[in-house]
Amino acid sequence: MSLEGRVAIVTGASRGIGRAIALELGRAGASVACLSSRQGGCSPLVAEIGEDRAADFACDNADVSAIEATVQAVVERFGAVHILVNNAGVARDALLLRMSVEAWDEVMNVNLRAAFAFTKACSRSMMKERWGRIVNLSSIVGLHGQAGQANYAASKAGLIGFTKSVAKELGSRGITCNAVAPGFIETEMTQNLPAEMREHVLNTAPLGRLGTPDDVAKVVRFLASDDSGYITGQTVVVDGGLTL
Amino acid sequence: MDRNEIFEKVKKAVVEQLDVREEEITEESTFVQDLGADSLEVVEIVMALEEAFNIEIPDDEVDQIKTVGDAVNFIESKLKEKAGAE
Repeated sequence: MSLEGRVAIVTGASRGIGRAIALELGRAGASVACLSSRQGGCSPLVAEIGEDRAADFACDNADVSAIEATVQAVVERFGAVHILVNNAGVARDALLLRMSVEAWDEVMNVNLRAAFAFTKACSRSMMKERWGRIVNLSSIVGLHGQAGQANYAASKAGLIGFTKSVAKELGSRGITCNAVAPGFIETEMTQNLPAEMREHVLNTAPLGRLGTPDDVAKVVRFLASDDSGYITGQTVVVDGGLTL
Repeated sequence: MDRNEIFEKVKKAVVEQLDVREEEITEESTFVQDLGADSLEVVEIVMALEEAFNIEIPDDEVDQIKTVGDAVNFIESKLKEKAGAE
């Protein structure tokens, strides 16, 4: 399942699931463009993968022209883009009655609109290569909802409709587009999970634990490889069976 | 580049993208009806022409390009613009 010779873009790569994905794709032999919102945010990651096969780029995911420029810079640096992992995401939780328009817009722009902009920009290169793998990081919250996360859930559910449409549009050019919906994964984002919620996951999920970023990264690696060439438009749930 | 050179280059790009014979292509040929391009192929032809001529064809202008002749006209005026600006 080697990814040698492939160039991947991973957004939100400086921490959590994105970081694990970037490392995993790097281990598989891909060249990895590691994106984050801060200049130098991915330098330690790039050092780990190797300066010859990885580079770090700063990109404001709320800015569509910055996204276009960043993808162009990646193509200039690495020659093409074959794999795009739309992983960057933020949460601005609030109960609906108290959710501001700004909180709504921010989450929708960074989580969903950015995925649109990145995919559009990368599809050009993938169409030329007649090969592409787009993996969108959704969430079980997008499938089942979560009180206090109407914006986050909407953005994650939006990614699923987007995934299916892109799969239908670009399939004829050898490009697959799939989504991964992680459950509760041990990262900074879930560090402050209330104890009852953590208990609930441990007691309800058949696999009896929270997930690790690697649990998700390994699935992304499969979806980024030749081996998943007949899978497209799908949402793979990685939640330890929690939502069964 | 004169108009005929542009036409030749456009024909080449179309032959590559659409798997049609050069003899089938005239200035009046419509991409969709005559040459059988689907919507994705139209996008790919536009991309190929952008690269071949080193110009940009904005999305709203793509809609105006229905025939091979339209494409040639557009490219000709874009190249004139570029030459004028340089």
